[in-house]
Amino acid sequence: MIAEIALAMLWLAAALAVLQLVLGSYALTVRGAEFLPAVRPIAVVQGVLVAIAFALLIVLFLRTDLSVKLVAANSHSLKPIIYKVAGAWGNHEGSMLLWVTVMGMAGGFVALLERRLNERTMVATLAGQAFVSLGFYAFMLFSSNPFERLNPAPAEGNGLNPLLQDPGLAFHPPTLYIGYVGLSIAFSFAIGALITRDVGPAFARAMRPWVMGAWIFLTLGITAGSWWAYYELGWGGWWFWDPVENASLMPWLAATALLHSVSVLATRNALKAWTVMLAVVAFSMSMVGTFLVRSGILTSVHAFAVDPERGSFILALLAIYIGGALALFGLRASTVTEGARFHLFSREGALVMNNVLLVGVLGIVLMGTLYPLVTEAFDTKVSVGPPYFNPVSAIFVFPMLIIMAAGPLMRWRSDNGRKLSSLMAVPALAAAVALALVVVFAGDIGILPLLGLVFAAGLAIASVLPLWKRNLRRTPAHIYGMVIAHLGIAVALAGMASESAFNTEKLVASEFGQSHTVGPWTIELQGVKPIAGANWTALEARLVARYGDSNVQTVLNPQSRMFASPPTATNEAALLTRWNGQLYAVLGEEGDDGRWQLRLWWKPFVPLIWYGGLMIGLGGILALVGRTSRDRRRKDEPEFEPTAAPAPDPAVAGGKEALA
Amino acid sequence: MKHWAIWLPLALFGVLFAVFATGLIAPADRTIASQMIGKPLPQFDLPQAVPDRPALARTNFTDGKPKLLNVFASWCVPCIAEAPYLQQLADAGVEINGVAIRDRSPDVQQFLARNGNPYARIGADDVSKIQFDLGSSGVPETFVIDGQGMIRYQHIGDIRPEHVPMILQKLKEAQ
Repeated sequence: MIAEIALAMLWLAAALAVLQLVLGSYALTVRGAEFLPAVRPIAVVQGVLVAIAFALLIVLFLRTDLSVKLVAANSHSLKPIIYKVAGAWGNHEGSMLLWVTVMGMAGGFVALLERRLNERTMVATLAGQAFVSLGFYAFMLFSSNPFERLNPAPAEGNGLNPLLQDPGLAFHPPTLYIGYVGLSIAFSFAIGALITRDVGPAFARAMRPWVMGAWIFLTLGITAGSWWAYYELGWGGWWFWDPVENASLMPWLAATALLHSVSVLATRNALKAWTVMLAVVAFSMSMVGTFLVRSGILTSVHAFAVDPERGSFILALLAIYIGGALALFGLRASTVTEGARFHLFSREGALVMNNVLLVGVLGIVLMGTLYPLVTEAFDTKVSVGPPYFNPVSAIFVFPMLIIMAAGPLMRWRSDNGRKLSSLMAVPALAAAVALALVVVFAGDIGILPLLGLVFAAGLAIASVLPLWKRNLRRTPAHIYGMVIAHLGIAVALAGMASESAFNTEKLVASEFGQSHTVGPWTIELQGVKPIAGANWTALEARLVARYGDSNVQTVLNPQSRMFASPPTATNEAALLTRWNGQLYAVLGEEGDDGRWQLRLWWKPFVPLIWYGGLMIGLGGILALVGRTSRDRRRKDEPEFEPTAAPAPDPAVAGGKEALA
Repeated sequence: MKHWAIWLPLALFGVLFAVFATGLIAPADRTIASQMIGKPLPQFDLPQAVPDRPALARTNFTDGKPKLLNVFASWCVPCIAEAPYLQQLADAGVEINGVAIRDRSPDVQQFLARNGNPYARIGADDVSKIQFDLGSSGVPETFVIDGQGMIRYQHIGDIRPEHVPMILQKLKEAQ
């Protein structure tokens, strides 16, 4: 029964989305104004219904109801509870349901909470949100129904891919999803504001917390994903430029650019058209990423249930939504009034430059990701890897870091550069010291790692300079947020550069009692014994590690796990974190001669990558909380610029103006 | 804003859409004979890529015995996939010479330690010069070279189990 109720909820939610779209559009016409108040409640109810459907899917997984096809295909009665829950979204259908759930709930929250925006723009936004949701409802209900029954029901389920049976999976995909799909709100705001010609500071303020929120989730999701890949795949790497990773990076890059330009629009009423454009691009990148992952047109290490038919469906959605939004942009952009002017050498100028560079990196990643697809059209299969991505994106990233360091120290509108040049001397000095230290003590580590370390040192200092000579207690939270996020970039960068500069690796075939050195560590293999977990058995090695001359011994237990259903082996790396780096041990196979393969890495400062990621997310949270409470206090004050009374126009008028 | 610039994003999306659509419609893995077939190997003399395998030059292909020339890289994912099948070929007595593209020696050594080393010789092509001369546009690719240094066959993409007998057949034909 549960599955049928859930499916009914889903259909009802879809029906409400239709109503939300139709009524919302009608309410925008001259005669329909009386329906304006009806749209918000509809959006809220739609969000509630789809959330119930999603909750019921989790219930089905918790009960391991094998008469539901999706559960039978992806779950197993013996699975630990947390992975039963996670199994609900660890597959195509379930994750699409998560997608519409996030969309529906985001729409509901906006309808419930956002009171600053012009009501017409609000209704246009909600109609836009419903329009986008509808495509995904249709996709699910017609081609990826998560509640499909299976008759007869099998005695036992297929289980979940063991690589995914990890606490990382419980949080990583939903976090990323909330980020991806949260960007749909920015997209809908942009559409709403274009339709009602209401692109201004009020629109930016309304959109900012949602962009921030989505961006925070994306940041944390990517950080978690990188961590998961690092320790679960047992390859010792943290980023592979895999198409699926790129698919998550691209919306993040666009959202980062959007985050900065939306602030300029909110405070300075500038960059109007650009902000709208970025809002469209950010969510477009989410959809493009989904398409790339689900259609199977690119080869990825992330095996997803791929299906060309699904690919065609998503491609059609892309054409409708992205094409439609960009066409609307083309028709309306010329009617967006020019924003406040500013000098190129100013905070706005720095933000614009940064935006352009971020979009540049986005372009680089997009091209690298799609290049194999283009060559495949000419019958050539290629794999584009780090030799392309690292140096080419560095061309954009390093100038961006300089601007990132200088931008927050510059004044709005126009800056004479005097104060800036004296302030920037400090980070420049730090960078020079770092350069000298690296060259003297580390020698030749390659140009990119060297630049990374040097820039990280400079940026770390520069990012705290905005606090210089400020009253720290009266400094608003969002300034702290910015400082922490920028510092987080420096920290992560230092981790990335150290990882590629100082990494040492050893592959050995070891007997019991034999010692090996890797970096400053001495590691002895003492034994290998079988152990059993909830739904797996494993061989677990006992390694004793000593650092340098110290007598302190630490035990490491890397495992090689065998899962029964589906039958798969995974490697559980053992990690030992010290303040100055991480020891990473993987147990391989037993050789014919009774020796065990061990892979040992010493990765100095590698955890900084994820600490940095967490700091970036934390900075975002601080900024979000600070901004929101600030905006709430200021609610009654007049807006930066009184918004012009919206013209009661049908869309046609805009088209004529644009064509004129 | 310039009038044409407003429509630029839509135009770019149009291009993107076309790429996606062709990607979906075009059947994957059509193999078409390369233009390089029947032409002699270009001149090259590559340095050693790893300490335990000798360097690779054109002259290594002119001793009368047909061989494989495998273009690979440690950073290439399909190369990992094809490694076991290259090993199968090597076990069948085929001499395989590797060209490591845009790679670093420690990385290649790690790659070989991890995925096996079926190569008799490995040359390092740090700037893709030889790859370019061969007319190879990606990694991995495998060429069948006869005993006189003529390119007889080009396999684009990773070697899968079903390709192994075919490649053995090509080598036999090249004798």
